[in-house]
Amino acid sequence: MSILVIAEHDNQDLKSATLNVITAASIIGSDIDVLVAGSNCSSVSEAASSIALVSKVIVADNPAFENCLAENMGSLIAEIGTNYSHILAAATSNGKNCLPRAAALLDVAQISDISAVISEDTFERPIYAGNCIATVQSSDSIKVITVRTTSFDSADNEGGSASIEEISQGSDLEISSFLKEEVAESDRPELTSADIVISGGRGMQNGDNFSLLEGIADKLGAAIGASRAAVDSGFVPNDMQVGQTGKIVAPNLYIAVGISGAIQHLAGMKDSKVIVAINKDEDAPIFQIADYGLVADLFEALPELESKL
Amino acid sequence: MKVLVPVKRVVDYNVKVKAKSDESGVDLANAKMSLNPFCEIAIEEAVRLKESGIANEVIAVSVGSSASQEQLRTALALGADRAILVETDLDAEPLAVAKALKEVASKENPDLIILGKQAIDDDSNQTGQMLAALMNASQGTFASDLKVTAGSVEVTREVDGGLQTLSLKLPAIITTDLRLNEPRYASLPNIMKAKKKPLETISTDELGIDPSPRLSTIKVSNPAEREAGIIVESVDELVDKLKNEAKVIS
Repeated sequence: MSILVIAEHDNQDLKSATLNVITAASIIGSDIDVLVAGSNCSSVSEAASSIALVSKVIVADNPAFENCLAENMGSLIAEIGTNYSHILAAATSNGKNCLPRAAALLDVAQISDISAVISEDTFERPIYAGNCIATVQSSDSIKVITVRTTSFDSADNEGGSASIEEISQGSDLEISSFLKEEVAESDRPELTSADIVISGGRGMQNGDNFSLLEGIADKLGAAIGASRAAVDSGFVPNDMQVGQTGKIVAPNLYIAVGISGAIQHLAGMKDSKVIVAINKDEDAPIFQIADYGLVADLFEALPELESKL
Repeated sequence: MKVLVPVKRVVDYNVKVKAKSDESGVDLANAKMSLNPFCEIAIEEAVRLKESGIANEVIAVSVGSSASQEQLRTALALGADRAILVETDLDAEPLAVAKALKEVASKENPDLIILGKQAIDDDSNQTGQMLAALMNASQGTFASDLKVTAGSVEVTREVDGGLQTLSLKLPAIITTDLRLNEPRYASLPNIMKAKKKPLETISTDELGIDPSPRLSTIKVSNPAEREAGIIVESVDELVDKLKNEAKVIS
């Protein structure tokens, strides 16, 4: 049994999501290789080689992989993947984009977003927005899996000395090309890996009012999220969305402000360690899962909270 | 151009779903069924392409039981011109659906295939990507904007941390994210008209597809319930609890 983990990176840094996937892989088996597909990505392959649980780092350094285009990535993963019993990637936008493509090329199912490993062929995954947990068993020869990163701890990123093997496979299929990327610049931590997250919902009333969350986020070193209602109302961009159709988070502290607690939002944050809800509607469902609830007008509570932190 | 829109019949998003007491599956007895919300966005986008003169035909297709005709009629009421049901009584997995759609696409030769990024029942988020792979075509997943030009489509994608814009050669497969558009409601006259639009049924056998599942569901359980905590009376009390009881801030 051998496992291939697809590295999540930006050609410079190995993203922490990879470390969560390595932990999931280590529950399946001990023979773990990491595929780094990128362009001028040697710092990433070096970082991957120092992960203690990794046997070998396979590097495909080619301009075709610079922007993680699914067409090129899918073909490469399918080609390399025939040597493995399991192929794992994080359930990030890259993982979700590329891995089903590889699975189809290998003519196997994909098991999306696993939250637990039961055995080498059996896994748990949330369905119906996390309202149910399915235990599924795969009969395919190669198991292609995306991993819910918040369900697995980070693997140790030091102490390893995996060999690095450069490969020449892979090419640009020339059916898609990268035009541009607009990444929101922020000094705040990433939503999915932050220790503390503060999110606003429809109760924020408009996008400008999200500035009320910023002061608190700065004091706590928190990331800022939003409910789907806030995104649908155009208050904030979709990359801030926490929920079934957005990002899944599980920080130590999650503060929900002006969020009623729709099922689809709870699906994205109910595994947080401590949940705080601030809402003026005492009947809001969010209070049923919050550890600490404050029934208050957020426009009064938020400035007070900021001043007292 | 011709646009193909695959759609799925799913439990309505307002239904609170629970596992059956014997954990053999999800309890959907008498549950309201609807068109998957992301599929509504896909239909809307295709209909807008037709209304703006870019597309000349919109075909809705579904892979599922005969009950899926209901959702295809909804798609027709929203503006699709005709519909195809690939009928199977098996609960087809994304790979099998993608294989069936590939066969439909090879008959219909669409320039663009637009489908939802995920269905809200199994939350797989795979079918579009798998279809693109099987067709050796380009893919623009999680789309929030589309611009069709000669021979290609420019798609803006919702990615972790921001937006990415790609240029895709046609035929291309697009999967829809929430902000691509706001779907219309079907009007009563359009619902009546939809009843007369053509709906063709074919079987997976006729397409030469084996829809048998690769995964078996061993059990379905309800997640651990989170218990409600306490209501604090003031911001001061909240800060005190977070510092001294939960110890999550310093």
